[in-house]
Amino acid sequence: MSLVADAPQKVVNQDYRWTLNFGPQHPATHTTLRLVLQIEGETVVGAIPDIGYLHSGFEKIGEHLNYNQYVAVTDRMNYISPLANNVAWHQAVESLIGLELPKRCQYIRVILAELARVSDHLLSCGAMALDTGAFTAFLYAFNQREVLYGIFETLCGARFTTSYSRVGGLMYDATPEFIRQVKQFVKDFPKVYVEITRLLNRNRIFVERTKGIGILTKEQAINRSVTGPIARASGVTRDLRKDQPYLAYPDFDFKVICSNGGDCFHRYLVRMLEIEESMKIVEQAINNLPEGPVNVDPEERAILPSKDKVYNTIEGLITHFEVVMTNRGLQAPKAEHYDAIEAPNGELGFYIVGDGSDKAYRARCRPPSYIHFALFPDMMKGHTISDVVAVLGSLNIIAAELDR
Amino acid sequence: MVDLSGVLEQLKSRFGERSWDYSEYHKNQRLVVAADLCFSVLEFLKKTCGFDMLIDVTCVDYLHYRGAKDRFGLVYIVLNTVTGQRLIVRAFLNEPELKIPSVVPLWEGANWLEREVFDMYGIEFTGHPDLRRILLPDEFVGFPLRKDYPLRGRGERHNFERITRGEG
Repeated sequence: MSLVADAPQKVVNQDYRWTLNFGPQHPATHTTLRLVLQIEGETVVGAIPDIGYLHSGFEKIGEHLNYNQYVAVTDRMNYISPLANNVAWHQAVESLIGLELPKRCQYIRVILAELARVSDHLLSCGAMALDTGAFTAFLYAFNQREVLYGIFETLCGARFTTSYSRVGGLMYDATPEFIRQVKQFVKDFPKVYVEITRLLNRNRIFVERTKGIGILTKEQAINRSVTGPIARASGVTRDLRKDQPYLAYPDFDFKVICSNGGDCFHRYLVRMLEIEESMKIVEQAINNLPEGPVNVDPEERAILPSKDKVYNTIEGLITHFEVVMTNRGLQAPKAEHYDAIEAPNGELGFYIVGDGSDKAYRARCRPPSYIHFALFPDMMKGHTISDVVAVLGSLNIIAAELDR
Repeated sequence: MVDLSGVLEQLKSRFGERSWDYSEYHKNQRLVVAADLCFSVLEFLKKTCGFDMLIDVTCVDYLHYRGAKDRFGLVYIVLNTVTGQRLIVRAFLNEPELKIPSVVPLWEGANWLEREVFDMYGIEFTGHPDLRRILLPDEFVGFPLRKDYPLRGRGERHNFERITRGEG
């Protein structure tokens, strides 16, 4: 955190230049972050982000919780799409250990990660529309998010903090009711999606407030470590789902959406088109969901065997006991590994250092929001105060992920 | 995993065999370099080998790590956005010389990432344009992600001085 007085800038005593405090509690920041804006008339000449209000030491906690417990903390990082974080964390752990997941688990994880992306993009586009004055689209988007929350609740009993994945598998297998609901969603959603795009894509007020605002060039995007939809809206054709395919992504047919616009409007467009691609993936995955086990073999010592085996076979009972013992159960190798997934906001990676125990020695998270918020001051320069909310909305800053 | 042999050849011809060792683990390709060479290796990777994006900068404290010789290990993850090659560059630091040249001149994106490492580990990045604490308050004492900093007790809310409404 920083105070304005310490900021490296020339203090000019000009009475026409004002300092405006924006946040930490402001409806348009959506979360807890603070900006100190220098304004001349309505023009923003400088913006100093001040973060850390939500810092709660997630990385320190990661060194004291075991690999399965920490998934509950990852829910709280980007709480708009917790399932994507769950998948990211456990994928990093599994690639550190070297576990190969069964096909059914991979498919379910893909479905969840893509539904999380839809939900995240709906919020991001809806909230951006809300801040720029288009209230109806926001309500349409939130209504669909509510449906998604219902699906997540059917799946794991929690709407928000799902904690659904486990090392080497999932908390439960997907039920037929969940599959029915996802299929229903795939059927119903396109209608609403078309309505949202009709409300916004050619809406003059929305377009005028977002086009040409907060431009990020391709060179800047690369130089400033930007990933995800923000980078793709600036012409960086990188998507981890295609670059280093993980889970079952090679099985599906989808496009990577890119644009050369680089402004708020194109970031919105890229997100909206990505929703369409995500729905394609969900449709393919749910219709071809393989049968079979959802967890890895209990012999891997990562996951508890089924109750049937525990109660009826001696091997199952022994495996169960061994898995719950700290020195016989899940142990990550003494090694370091970085693995990332394409989260809705960009590359969400975990650098995990294992020390041979069931806890991470170091659990570094690469948070996309943190890196994207660093762009904000440069994006804002020369624009008016009313553009602040458009730029913030298009960056989709989630403060819990920003501060961790 | 994208093939890196061309890059390794280039590095070998530029820096010689000295002071770097390359290894692979599962999906990762790693290069350990000496701390004094770190900046020039990264500069070479960016300018000659086309690693134009810095994915992450972080640090690991190896205080209680079995078999570790050095205290701090810095991690730079770089990506070539054209070919999709990734490389993890490691450099090790020991007390009291916790200094390493900043890579902000190469990648603008390193600015906040290095500030976070400074905030959490106290490693000084020389040449950084704005090296201040970022997540923690300016008056905070200590570096919380170091292994000798306890999980509970220090720096918690009840230890802060209470400010009443009149003074605040």
